[in-house]
This record gives sequence, structure tokens and C-alpha cells, in this order.
Amino acid sequence: MHPWIEKQRHLIDFTLAALARRKTRNAGLLVAYTLIVFVLASLMLFANALRTEAAYVLAASPEVILQRMVAGRHDLIPPGYIERIGRLRGVQKIEGRLWGYYYDPVVNANYTFMARPADEVADGRIMVGATLARERGLAPGNTISFRSYSGRLFTFDVAAVLSPDSELLSADLVLLSERDFRAFFEYPAGHWTDVALAVVNPLEVRNVAAKLAAALPDSRPILREEVLRTYESVFDWREGIVLTVLAGAILAFTILAWEKASGLSADERREIGILKAIGWETGDVIRMKLWEGLLVSLTAFLLGFVAAWVHVFHFGAAVFAPVLKGWAILYPRFTLVPAVDGLQVATLFFFTVVPYTAAVLVPIWRAATTDPDAVMRA
Amino acid sequence: MIELSAVRKAFNQGQGNEYWALHGIDLAIEAGKVTAFRGPSGSGKTTLLTVVGCLARPTSGRVRFKGEDISALPERFLTEIRRQSFGFVFQQFNLIKGLSALENVILPAFPTGRPRRELVAAAEALFDRLKLGHRAGARVEWLSGGEQQRVAIARALINDPEVIIADEPTANLDTALSMEFMGILEGFTAAGKTVLLTSHDPLVVESAAVHRVVGMRDGRLTDH
Repeated sequence: MHPWIEKQRHLIDFTLAALARRKTRNAGLLVAYTLIVFVLASLMLFANALRTEAAYVLAASPEVILQRMVAGRHDLIPPGYIERIGRLRGVQKIEGRLWGYYYDPVVNANYTFMARPADEVADGRIMVGATLARERGLAPGNTISFRSYSGRLFTFDVAAVLSPDSELLSADLVLLSERDFRAFFEYPAGHWTDVALAVVNPLEVRNVAAKLAAALPDSRPILREEVLRTYESVFDWREGIVLTVLAGAILAFTILAWEKASGLSADERREIGILKAIGWETGDVIRMKLWEGLLVSLTAFLLGFVAAWVHVFHFGAAVFAPVLKGWAILYPRFTLVPAVDGLQVATLFFFTVVPYTAAVLVPIWRAATTDPDAVMRA
Repeated sequence: MIELSAVRKAFNQGQGNEYWALHGIDLAIEAGKVTAFRGPSGSGKTTLLTVVGCLARPTSGRVRFKGEDISALPERFLTEIRRQSFGFVFQQFNLIKGLSALENVILPAFPTGRPRRELVAAAEALFDRLKLGHRAGARVEWLSGGEQQRVAIARALINDPEVIIADEPTANLDTALSMEFMGILEGFTAAGKTVLLTSHDPLVVESAAVHRVVGMRDGRLTDH
């Protein structure tokens, strides 16, 4: 083997032996270090996976949603409104939507009711989100009754439970036919909750929105990209909140790591003197310490990151989920699709591995450049 | 083999506590012999060995090793000469605690990049020569004083140096172990090695194993 590689192996061997000799100190440091990486990586992976999940789910939603505003509040779309939109260049489909909220006192939760075309859901039947089905113990073929806001009791057959893949957004969803929806909420005929517009060319979306705003001044076009950005902001904000809460712990660790890494004990100084006296160059000593810093920080990074991966993608980020997922009453149970942002990982790596390695090197540089004859005079 | 001319060495030069440890040393040391430096504490014996052994540079004067002036070489080259040509046995042994005897012995060879297998074989051969084979795996802090010294000697020999430098080698040994050390010393000269040592132990300086005794006092040679 090449002498350079052999030499690095010797240095790593010696470093590992040196680390093993100061077991308690190094194990404590490694645990604290790993914990910090675990927390930061968990946050990062979870928030990133949520953002990716949101983008994935929203990919199927309409490009533009038009809401009518009255006195700054969302109001129903009156009859004839859709016709006023007329033909717009680039708009493939215009569709009135019906949806609303229903409070279920049985589980103290709000459901989202949404009307679907008759070919998807037949009258008298519903399709429910997986979380809702779990909470109410529903399975396809069961029946369930809801008392409407007017006091009438409606009974539906459960046709299907929605796929758990979309549980993040469909947790509390109830899909029913248009006729049932209008009857249940006593929704006036010809009125819609909002209007969905499908725009094929993404470059046209803003133009369509501008034309809509000009043609219907009492309306508010909501773009899918804006919804996505809002989701991202919300997750970013929550990530920020958790980071702020953890800032104290991170700072405490930074001080501990810096103190541990940059302080050289009398024993270590003596050892460096001996190594120099018996023929190690200043560079060898520095390289040995560099390996020490790298081994500690890399091990902590890898352990922390793998633990975070398992925590987020196998245990649903049990530690942070309540803060990061939101405040819904029905907590969706869903498995996140592993999504990793390379730049984020690189940033985490840079901010955990590099400072520690640098902190190790500073005092060593001073100790390693002292005269080797000190060991003879000791 | 080693020549010193007008070698002077100062500590804390230019400061209030400036101290001159060597005052113009002129000396030639023969290869393959044992030279002992004798003198009281503070006479400059150890400082002289650090200068000869490339652990420190003289403040002025010249040190020649095998004809080459090594007194002004940069640290990197000095380290290389020190590693290849000099083996050190320190008064306090200076072994690294927590490591085994064998690990301590192969340490000076790490920067050479020699394969570990080869180093371990060389160390085991040295342990056999020094009758320490049974203690190779023991941590050095569990060894007796005599065993620790033999580990230090094995460490000094691992890179097969031409010169062995031993600072007060018997200071921490009883008579029996000191005699044993002198026996090892004879083995060095038989192997053609040059030995420089400091001592004020009569057992050492009056031993037949020592070929030449150089007296020192106040940083100067008194008899050589």
C-alpha cells in the first residue's frame, strides 16, 4: 500500500486509541453532538418532507381558484357568475365547486364536506378521509348519520375510504354528491362555493388571474403557486419556532463542544511533546488531531442523521410532529415519502462538522509548534 | 561522526530571564562508541544532547552530522534526521499511558508509512531481544520501572537509528536494573551503534561499556 495511505491509517489508529483512552469525555461529547445533529436533521427532514408532500398533493389541484368577496369576506358565487367569466385564452376548464365545514360533536372535530360529480359519488353515499374513518370506526359498507345545521338527520352509506397516500390533506374530508351537499347544507340552487380554473400553461396563470380580477372586481383569484408558497411559509415558520425554542440548547452545546475541542489537557500537551521528540512532524500531529475532529464530528453527524431519518420516516417524527404538522383536531396518520434536500444536508454538514474540526485545530497548532526539546527538559 | 564547533545555546534570549546553557562547545564524537556526559545538574548535559539529537537548534555555532551541517536546517528536515538517525531514551521514559507496550514502541515509525505488519514484527523482535515479549500487550502504566525502560529502549530502536541518546538512563533504576541497562548498552555498540548518554551515576560512567566520559560544568566542557 502507498506509504501516504499507510501513514494516514497509522494516524487514524492512534487517534482511535487516543479517543478510547478518554472514553468518558469523548462519549459525553459524542452523545451531545449526535443529539444536536439528530434534532436539527429531524426538523430539516420533516419540514422538507412536508413541503414536498404539500407540493405533491397540490400538484393535482386547480391552477386558479376564484372566490367572490363581499365586504372583504368570502361569499358564495351567485348564479350566472361563471358565465360572466366567459372564454379566457389558456383556460382549459372552468368548474364551480361546492364545499363547506361541518362540526361533528361526537369527536369534537370539523370535517370538510365537498361535492363531487354524480359519476364519482352516488346520491346517498359518501367517501371519507382515512383519519375520519379511523376516528368514527367507519369502513366501506357502513352507514353514518350527520345532523345538518337545520336539525335534519341525514344518513349516508360509506362507499369508500380515501387512500391513506393523500391523508395529509384528506384527513377530515367527506365527499358526497352535489344533490346531497345542497340538501345537507340547504345550499341555494345555482350558487357555488368557489370556481376552479384549469390553466395548462404555467406562464399563463398570472395573466389569467389578472384578467379575472379585471373582469370580476369583486372576486379574488387564488393561485396554486401561492397556496404552495403559503404552505412552505407555514412549515418554514414552524421550523423557525422550533429552532428558536432549541436555540438555547444548541448554543449550550456549541459552547461545550468549543470548550472540549479547544482546550488541551496537560496530558495531551505532554503527549504531543513526546510525539514530536520521537520523530513526528508538526504536520503529523496536526493531521492526527484533524482526524480526531473529523472522526468525532463525522460519527456524530452520521449517527444523528441516520437517527433523524429513522425518527422522521419510520416513526413519523414523533417528537416534533405536534408542532410541525399543525393544529387540526384530527391528526392525520401518514407516512412521509423520504425527501432530502441536498443543499440542506450540505449546510447541516458544514455547520456541524467544520466548526468542530476547526475548534480542534486551533490549540493543536499552538501546541504542535512548540520545541520538541521541552520533553527532555520536563 | 558528530562534530560541534563553538556551539552556544540560550533560553529566553533577549528577555530579562535570558539564560545561557551552553558556552562555546567544541567536540567531536566518534561513531560506534559510547560517550557519557558527566556533570552536576544545570551543567548543560541535557541541552547538549537536545542540540546533538536535533531536538533543538544551537543559538550559534555549528553541528555537523556525518559531515553535513544540520544546525540551521528547517524543522521538517531536522525532524526527518531525528526520526531516521536518532533514538531517544528519556529520563522519565515518556511513554504514552493507556497504550500497550507494543503500541508505544511502533509510534516513532508511524510517520514513515511502513506497513503495520512490518512494524509489529520489528517491535516483537526487539521485545525478544530485550526479554520483554510477554509484556508486549500490557499497558505501559502496568509495567515496572525496568520494564518501562526496556519499552523506551525498544521504542528508540524501532527506526533502526545510528545514534542512541539516553538522558540519565539509570536515574530511576536500582542497581540490578542499572547493571542490566549497561548490558543492553554493550549490545548497542556490538551492533555498531553510537551511544550518547548523560549521567552522574558512577555505575554508568565508570562502566567498561562506556568508552569515553566528557565532563561538563556551567555549560562548558571540563575534561574530554
